[in-house]
Amino acid sequence: MMKKKIERKRGLSILLVVLTTLTLTLGGCSSKKADDSSTDANGQTADASSEVNGEAGSEDGTVSAEDLSQITIGIPQDIDSMDPHLAKSAGTREILFNVYEGLVKPDADGNLQPAIASDYTISDDGKTYTFTLRDGVKFHDGSTVTVEDVKYSIERNAGTDGSDPLISAFSNIESVETPDESTIVLTLKEANTEFLAYMIVSIIPASNEDPEGNPIGTGPYKFVSRSPQENVILTKFDDYWGDAAYIKDITLKVVANSDSIVMELEGGSLDMYARVTSAQVSQLSDKFDVYEGTMNLVQALYLNNAKEPFNNVQVRQALCYAIDPQTIMDFVSDGKGTEIGSSMFPSFGKYFDESLNDTYNQDIAKAKELLAEAGYPNGFDFTITVPSNYTQHVDTAQVLVEQFKEIGVNATIQEVEWNTWLDDVYTNRNFQSTVVGVDASTLTAYALLSRYGSDAHNNFINFSDADYDAALAAAVKATDDAEKTAKYKECEKILSEKAANVYIQDLPEFVVLNKNYTGYTFYPLYAQDFAKIKPAQ
Amino acid sequence: MRYILKKVLSMVLTLFVVSLCVFLAFSLIPGDPVTRMFGTEATPELIAQYREKMGLNDPLLVRYFRWFTSFIQGDMGTSYDYKIPVAGMIAEKIPITLTLAIMSFVIMVLISIPLGIYIAKHENGIMDHIISILNQIIMSIPPFFSGILITFFFGVILRVFKPGGFVSYTKDFGAFIKYLILPAVAIALPKAAMATKLLRGSVIEEAGKDYTRTAYSRGNTTNAVLYLHVLKNAMIPVVTFMGMALADMVAGSIVIEQVFGIPGISRILLTSINNRDYPVVEAIIMGIAIMVLVINLLVDIIYRIIDPRIEVEE
Repeated sequence: MMKKKIERKRGLSILLVVLTTLTLTLGGCSSKKADDSSTDANGQTADASSEVNGEAGSEDGTVSAEDLSQITIGIPQDIDSMDPHLAKSAGTREILFNVYEGLVKPDADGNLQPAIASDYTISDDGKTYTFTLRDGVKFHDGSTVTVEDVKYSIERNAGTDGSDPLISAFSNIESVETPDESTIVLTLKEANTEFLAYMIVSIIPASNEDPEGNPIGTGPYKFVSRSPQENVILTKFDDYWGDAAYIKDITLKVVANSDSIVMELEGGSLDMYARVTSAQVSQLSDKFDVYEGTMNLVQALYLNNAKEPFNNVQVRQALCYAIDPQTIMDFVSDGKGTEIGSSMFPSFGKYFDESLNDTYNQDIAKAKELLAEAGYPNGFDFTITVPSNYTQHVDTAQVLVEQFKEIGVNATIQEVEWNTWLDDVYTNRNFQSTVVGVDASTLTAYALLSRYGSDAHNNFINFSDADYDAALAAAVKATDDAEKTAKYKECEKILSEKAANVYIQDLPEFVVLNKNYTGYTFYPLYAQDFAKIKPAQ
Repeated sequence: MRYILKKVLSMVLTLFVVSLCVFLAFSLIPGDPVTRMFGTEATPELIAQYREKMGLNDPLLVRYFRWFTSFIQGDMGTSYDYKIPVAGMIAEKIPITLTLAIMSFVIMVLISIPLGIYIAKHENGIMDHIISILNQIIMSIPPFFSGILITFFFGVILRVFKPGGFVSYTKDFGAFIKYLILPAVAIALPKAAMATKLLRGSVIEEAGKDYTRTAYSRGNTTNAVLYLHVLKNAMIPVVTFMGMALADMVAGSIVIEQVFGIPGISRILLTSINNRDYPVVEAIIMGIAIMVLVINLLVDIIYRIIDPRIEVEE
């Protein structure tokens, strides 16, 4: 009898394993927030959290909070690659900013400054870019950067070996020549005066066969070690050509549970965390400074312009009249945020057109009128698909649902996991509408606006407008800066007037830094400049 | 000999079924490692190129058998996400999760056996009642919740514990163990409560049997009867339970590692599922399955030691 019982229990436990396995795998679809987030589509690297990896504070028992030669920074998810050319997520790029550099690099004002190149000239026709290599720039392994390394790095992204270019814009590269030991000449197939912005592409040594396992760059910090889902450790590079960093050792700690961010900051396990929510800010003690910036992304209710009823411009305009961005900001982030009226945000300076914020001001009567004209006098039902890991977007969608009720439109929120969003919404374009933030991978208006060209591969909203295509083509071709700017602004205006999407805001970004440190600097694109952080005294 | 052969065969079969289930489950859920890898910068060409490169275009069964054959040869493949060998990645994390599970197990044993015997010996005493009530409460609190309470109480109020202050075992072993104590307690508590209850019931049941009366009639003292005769028999269901509990503790650590911010196997498992990193998920699940099977085998062997009458062979 007893034997039987035991047998049965054993069988049960095997069944248990199989079931646990299945539950885990299948449950994977819906579980877990922070880890999977962040790529460019959502500028905001989600709500992650970080837990400092105890090393920071208690490594050898004597290191106390007073030791300011090191800092522990929480990151929401592990970096996806140490190879700068394969790293895709925004959260990874902003960290690798410290390890790698391009011929030029952006400064905090959004201007491109010479980096590995000491100087450059662009031909008047916008086809030839000539770079002069800066003298004696060292790689982290001690070798000197040569023009061969530059040529290799650019060609690796351009896919000149027959593979597809890792950066699609690089398919425009005709050739990379190195006439002498300090000159690189880049020739384009078609004129593009904005191409300099792409020259932030990381320069890596041609001789390094394992950029993933043995990352070598030229930045102010060099790679020490990493442990998956645990941490990435960087240390100051002493032979850096530019302004030396202040802090010697940096531990980037993966914080998988966003609920523990505040506790870990207060408990001393973390010194810094970028992108906390306004609710988390309110829980922090005065041991911390909160830096406020913007996330540099276009948050909107993106509408599938090819699907009913959003293939009707009047319906799209009606939705634009139905909403009030300020109400959304009040609800989502205590009123912080910057209203936008098209696919452009203020950090882009001259390209941003504030007047487009007023293309539509909340007007319920007008919205109902447009709906009636479009043949929906009683409104309609539709679905808003939101990646569940982005709290701010989910919150925004909730306010939108309420605002659309006013005009008789019933929206239902469908929360999906990030991978599902990438597949269904972004890649297969099988959706009605979605709330996300779209950011720019380079400091060009092109990066934000090219995706709305009728046949752009990343035109996930299926926007199609002949005038827009013409204006975009003219903007790309223009070599005169004023003309170029004017054409891009025309593009923005078309997006706004045709109500391609229901534009909302550029989300606010809160960075928490322990008061022992200072100097956090915001950039107009994804970059966390650790070299500027210094001890407060 | 026949027994061992049978056992090994059934283990292999179980592992085969488990691994196939994981593979099939992955083919059912949306999401793809390549689209995930390039995110919003994916182009159809890049996706096609990398799918080909990673062998994802082959039919499911072909991929499965390719994975299976290399797995039995000891090659767990390369992580899609980290682009490093899975074996090394997991080897680095196993000590963390295993230490946590073993610590939980030890805590469970240390609490439940003495306590179970004590309250069985003093059946219906005050302590028996108090502990039984406490047991009932502790059993109904899931570890993730007690984990949060523990973090809050010891970390935020008493400040004897630094939330998120995990220290890697390679850095400082003492601090590593110290950090794991509270998470281990969180995992162990409900299991200890169950084991205590089980042992109490089992001892009381055995104490009422004929052989116990015989033992007493031969002039043995209470303690001698308890420790020499009753306990041995009473331990059998408890050992079964503890074997299962050990397997369950590894599963339980999945939640607890999240709550306490411990970067062990579980976190890798969860992120790999999210990232559709099949090689890593397969390897970890197989590891857990093997472990459970081995624990079962050990439990069988322990039965024989406790009670030679139990035939393990069927």
